[in-house]
Amino acid sequence: MAEKILDLQNLTKVYEGNTVLNNLNLYVRKNEFITLLGPSGCGKTTTLRLIGGFETPTSGKIFFEGQDITNLPPYKRQVNTVFQKYALFPHLNVFENIAFGLRLKKVSESEIKERVKKMLALVNLTGYENREISSLSGGQQQRVAIARALVNEPKVLLLDEPLGALDLKLRKEMQTELKKMQQALGITFIFVTHDQEEALTMSDTIVVMNGGTIQQIGRPEDIYNEPKNAFVAEFIGESNILDGIMLDDCLVEILGQKFRCVDKGFNQNEPVDVVIRPEDILVTRENNGKLEGYVENVTFKGVHYEMIINSSEFHFKVHSTKMEPVGTKVYLDVEPENIHIMKKVK
Amino acid sequence: MVSRVLKRVYAALIYIFLYAPILILIIFSFNESKSRGSFTGFTLKWYKQLFSDRQIMQAMYYTLTVAFIASLVSTILGTLAAIGIHNMKKTTKKISLNITYLPVLNPDIVTAISLMVLFIALKLKLGLLTMIIAHITFCLPYVVLSVLPKLKQLNPNIYEAALDLGATPSYALRKVIIPEIMPGIISGALLAFTLSVDDFVISFFTTGNGVSNLSITIYSMARRGIKPEINALSTILFLIVLVLLILINKTTNNETKEMR
Amino acid sequence: MKRQAYSIPYLTWMTIFAVLPLFLVLFYAFTTKQGSFTLDNLIRFFDPLYLNVLVRSINLALVSTLICLILGYPMAYIISKANIKARNTLILFFIIPMWMNFLLRTYAWMTILERNGIINKFLSLFGIKPLSLLYTNGAVILGMVYNFLPFMVLPIYTVLIKIDKSLIEASYDLGANKLTTFIKVVFPLSLPGVISGITMVFMPSVTTFAISRLLGGGQFTLIGNLIERQFINVGDWNFGSAISIVMMAIILISIAIMNKFDKDKEGVNLW
Repeated sequence: MAEKILDLQNLTKVYEGNTVLNNLNLYVRKNEFITLLGPSGCGKTTTLRLIGGFETPTSGKIFFEGQDITNLPPYKRQVNTVFQKYALFPHLNVFENIAFGLRLKKVSESEIKERVKKMLALVNLTGYENREISSLSGGQQQRVAIARALVNEPKVLLLDEPLGALDLKLRKEMQTELKKMQQALGITFIFVTHDQEEALTMSDTIVVMNGGTIQQIGRPEDIYNEPKNAFVAEFIGESNILDGIMLDDCLVEILGQKFRCVDKGFNQNEPVDVVIRPEDILVTRENNGKLEGYVENVTFKGVHYEMIINSSEFHFKVHSTKMEPVGTKVYLDVEPENIHIMKKVK
Repeated sequence: MVSRVLKRVYAALIYIFLYAPILILIIFSFNESKSRGSFTGFTLKWYKQLFSDRQIMQAMYYTLTVAFIASLVSTILGTLAAIGIHNMKKTTKKISLNITYLPVLNPDIVTAISLMVLFIALKLKLGLLTMIIAHITFCLPYVVLSVLPKLKQLNPNIYEAALDLGATPSYALRKVIIPEIMPGIISGALLAFTLSVDDFVISFFTTGNGVSNLSITIYSMARRGIKPEINALSTILFLIVLVLLILINKTTNNETKEMR
Repeated sequence: MKRQAYSIPYLTWMTIFAVLPLFLVLFYAFTTKQGSFTLDNLIRFFDPLYLNVLVRSINLALVSTLICLILGYPMAYIISKANIKARNTLILFFIIPMWMNFLLRTYAWMTILERNGIINKFLSLFGIKPLSLLYTNGAVILGMVYNFLPFMVLPIYTVLIKIDKSLIEASYDLGANKLTTFIKVVFPLSLPGVISGITMVFMPSVTTFAISRLLGGGQFTLIGNLIERQFINVGDWNFGSAISIVMMAIILISIAIMNKFDKDKEGVNLW
């Protein structure tokens, strides 16, 4: 396992009486692409700003390569930030924006020229040195912002929803490019987003946050397949969340029917949340003795159909490549490993 | 079509109303006779005499000195103040803004007499210094109010971006914030300068000791009849302002065209 | 150093030279010459002699404000309808006179209105006897309208050009004609400009003392002249301060009332 580069310990941040970050503990490994994911107001941007040094925590400590940097001002930290709306300096041209940090470090003029040129090549903007910021498109400004941060060779790059302002196609392109850059440069990326798909595509590790606390940390696959609680399940991908009762180890009752599952260690007859992904529900016309329902609504989604199936007044969302017409009587089943049991959260 | 003609006539009448007195001043600056009653013949002698008239030259000197110092000081203090106020928390910001609005909303004459009372209470002799202090005081809020909107428009992350790239707070202020809000600072400075040049009420109450600016001089002359040299001076000033404004307008017009 | 600290020199300055002096005036208003507390200065102001001055000041200011609104709104509207280039030029020519010393412009009106003035000269060509135009209420109102008209036109114009064109198109689209569109859409949207125009004309009108002195002559004393006289000629600071406090109260109350009408407190630039 690679060494820790950044260690956040018991971070709490209170703004005017509101606790936006509640006792957060997190470490980041070298060369990792880690994503802080959550809805707005979950504390992900605050966490990033604490790492960047733009805020100081109400309590708790931040260690960078073992050094306490909690109270170090941003201009003394070896991290750089790509801001949400880029925050490029409008009065400087592309070259001067990228050279800004280097000039402060008193790098020689010839080296500045060379490094800026290299950066522009990296972000595919060769020849844009003398362009004014206002003449660039959103995607180009984005690239300049990345170049401006990366040219300082930070050990950690912070990215605050950097793709939020771009259109869908451009966003997808930039996702791949960013990931490539990160792998090529071997820099730790800490990426903040509310877009779960973006997080799943790019990250080595995802940190799901809500209400100022961490809900789950894990690899994208784990987060998707084994969500720890109903919040994570709902936030990551689409899902059906039902009330269930744990009858025994590996046996759960949903809507009056018994289902085999793979979770154990609950009390007998403990009420639980049951999460089933829409694509994990098997739909047949033959009576299989499981849940009975009828198709209420069908929408074509491109790769699959989305059906709403009403079973005992629960509206299941089902994704399937095979369509059943509205009104058809169908039977639903789920494989044991696709039934995710979670403790009820209060 | 009738309405279009009507509109033009209306606009023309309003402009005539605005410019008639100015035109008359200009015409009388070339009038041979000293009387303001009738035009007796064309002359340029008032323009020649203007520059040897001690009283007017003195007033001109005081007007420009006060305006220059007042606008310089208020621009510096006001810009710093705007940056400070912009970063304040709610309550302190509200208090500071209310203090800022006070001289703007207060009638000039109240500001004027209150300052006069203060100066006398402080045993400051009324004169050039008190007039400069008074001008700084009423110019300051206008600078603050011209700079604040520019700060509000600024992307809040720009300052942080500079720090992030290694700039110290004072470097970030000088190299990033100040250049960005420059238009606001310039318009604040211009506003302060013109307010100061044009001020009568506050100067009238806060000066003394024979220190008179142009407004006070004109006011004291008006009842007896204004020297024709003043007409000449105002004609010159008017033409300078006219040319400057038209030039500024032209360049900004061209800039907006290039933007498209 | 925190960035808030940059405002310390300014706040210190303003406390000494803007806030403190007002407390001094307040102090004088409520004390006798010997410095003991009294309400006499305020009570004295309610003598009909002085009250009449106040009523006249407010009346003249209201009439001037109304005339400015009637003359200024159509002007602002006409300018706002012109194409961009013409619009900028037209508004520029509205601002230019403001760059000339207002006392000079007021003085020019004396030349026009006086007994041997241009108007009377012109009338005499037709054998009409000279009229006394100068030193009348009318002359004072004229002076106020002349000096403060731009303060009415500029804020209204600023609001009018910001009105989203699609709102007007939407109104036409929904069947309103030009007049209805103006009454139901344009005018209500321009109200913030009208309100700040009214405030910006009424305030200096009610407090002026130079215009009334030059165009109104000695007999048309306004509240501003009354204050001037107490401080400059009579030397009764206590009474002068009391009048100032009353005037300040009137102004601040009228601004507060105006602000109530201005729902979306956007505020219009002074430029």
